[in-house]
Amino acid sequence: MKTVYPDSKGRYGQFGGKFVPETIMFALEDLEKGFLEAINDEDFQKDLEHELTHYSGRPTPLTYAGKLTERLGGAGIYLKREDLNHTGAHKINNAIGQALLSKRMGKKKIIAETGAGQHGVAAATAAARYGLECKVYMGEEDIRRQELNVFRMKLLGAEVIPVSSGTRTLKDATNEAIRQWVSAVEDTFYLIGSAVGPHPYPKIVKEFQSVIGFEAKAQYKEQHGGKLPEKVVACVGGGSNAIGIFAGFVDEDVKLVGVEAGGKGILTGLHAATMANGREGVIHGSLTYLLQSEEGQIQEPYSISAGLDYPGVGPEHAYLKSTQRVDYQCITDEEALEALNILCLEEGILCALESAHAVAQAIKEAKSMTPDENIIICLSGRGDKDVHTLFEQQKEEDSHDH
Amino acid sequence: MTTRMKEFQTLKAPLFVPFITAGDPSSEATVDLALALQNEGASALELGIPYSDPLADGPVIQRASLRALKNGMSLEKAIKLVSVMREKGLTIPVIIFTYYNLLLQLGEQKFFELAAQHDIDGLLVPDMPFEESKELQEACLQHDLSFISLAAPTTSRERLKEIGRTAQGFLYCISSLGVTGTRTSFANDLDCFLENAKASSGVPVLVGFGLSSREQMQQFEGKCDGYIMGSAIVKKIEELGPELVNMETKDKAIAAFSDFLSKVVPVKVYS
Repeated sequence: MKTVYPDSKGRYGQFGGKFVPETIMFALEDLEKGFLEAINDEDFQKDLEHELTHYSGRPTPLTYAGKLTERLGGAGIYLKREDLNHTGAHKINNAIGQALLSKRMGKKKIIAETGAGQHGVAAATAAARYGLECKVYMGEEDIRRQELNVFRMKLLGAEVIPVSSGTRTLKDATNEAIRQWVSAVEDTFYLIGSAVGPHPYPKIVKEFQSVIGFEAKAQYKEQHGGKLPEKVVACVGGGSNAIGIFAGFVDEDVKLVGVEAGGKGILTGLHAATMANGREGVIHGSLTYLLQSEEGQIQEPYSISAGLDYPGVGPEHAYLKSTQRVDYQCITDEEALEALNILCLEEGILCALESAHAVAQAIKEAKSMTPDENIIICLSGRGDKDVHTLFEQQKEEDSHDH
Repeated sequence: MTTRMKEFQTLKAPLFVPFITAGDPSSEATVDLALALQNEGASALELGIPYSDPLADGPVIQRASLRALKNGMSLEKAIKLVSVMREKGLTIPVIIFTYYNLLLQLGEQKFFELAAQHDIDGLLVPDMPFEESKELQEACLQHDLSFISLAAPTTSRERLKEIGRTAQGFLYCISSLGVTGTRTSFANDLDCFLENAKASSGVPVLVGFGLSSREQMQQFEGKCDGYIMGSAIVKKIEELGPELVNMETKDKAIAAFSDFLSKVVPVKVYS
């Protein structure tokens, strides 16, 4: 079975589309044209591959987690090591791709949105490398919470613009980036950070992240005499690392599991489980599942992991849920923290809190599988950025103990 | 199309369509403000529905949205408020300006029922471009509502032809790139854009986004059929907000609002 979406209107089933002001319609058309030309251009592909290899450090390894597998006593666990990318996460794959596209389209200025700052850092990094001027929109609340990433972006030469509208977080930063794009649309490229937004963005981000899936598939097959794994597990916020790794397996007989942030538990209302708890709606130009009030006002999500903290989800994920091709599950803060600790102790890998959600789900599922079956986890990023959060969490737990 | 909208289309240029946010600073004040706008020469009213994520709006209307949401305003309540305006003598067409998600959650069928019950004349969805709006535009026709289309200086000539050909009520021409809000300069080639818009459409062509003074409107005299003014008015309402919700100062605030309007409403050319 071959995938044939999105259609010409950018729809994945009923999801996706372009729900944006008329002013940027021309820019989306221009972008789609530029993107299609680029990916069909051998020189562009060569440049991209060169940068991914010699600058970002691809291919990333597929690591067998032997001690973890032994501890669980079920399916074998393999880790696709996106944490070993330059800047420490999968975000750079997309940032390099879009920055090269921006350059090819003759746009010297890029704007980006960021929540925790990971995409902002990746965009600022690519901008520095390719000589582009970079502005990053970030909610005031996130700037306060992620001081160090703000500093990193500034070191990389980017301008960080505080966003004070709405709830002052990722969704508002994205609104503001789109608004600014509308006013500077003629010379500015909007470098979106996840597989979200109006068409063709979800398609573009998937294209640049699909390297994760195709690499993982080739590596796994090479290690296993041409066979495929039984399952692939990835965390889902906007969903770019998941759509990237799924791209390698969606047309194969492999079970796919997407893991959303269950926060403090679905029943508490404090979560980012868009697909478990959201309804169809429009956010950032795309029809998808959305956390919203009865009347349609967008609600603020919660997760201990800032990268999963998004009230919507990429439209292709919404589609893959509606067709039941992917099984979407939730992992709570507590479960993610426990998984993070286990991975540290068993494998010597400190993963990002986002990725820890995927690890936790894989741990649950591995136990009910047999030793001749295997799971690949997309380890989307490293956990250095979360050390402060983990440290605070530990202090809090210690104070409860005494 | 409603009779009110038909009459609107026959009015002599320049037409004047102001925008206010429903529920800012209160439901009661919105009714009074609408009537004041009519008294000062508004040809139609754009009633904005507050939204948590107003993608096409600048800071002034964003703030108005937040205030109105705190007051519990919603799409349904705003539509019902129009009946109160009508009872108090509002006769000009009312166009509901709402982001698509609010309409989607209310349900199109429910929207059309409410629109008919409460004398609504038009619908404008700022995040629904031409390609996405065909079905809704068709449904509006069937329910006697005018679906207001937007065109921008970045709209290609071919698109503009299509948009103009199917335009209902009036064609909303965006005068500058960017979001709503007052500004001092407008997009280049605006004259050419307006010429093409007029040539492509059989309905009045109105200019909006960024207009805040009579002088600015004069730049477009003869090139369009009228003007839309939002942020400048909403900003005035923001200033008068505390007085508008105080029973003792309310009349004085409405008088101040009317005085402000008398200075910005385009001068009608009577022959």
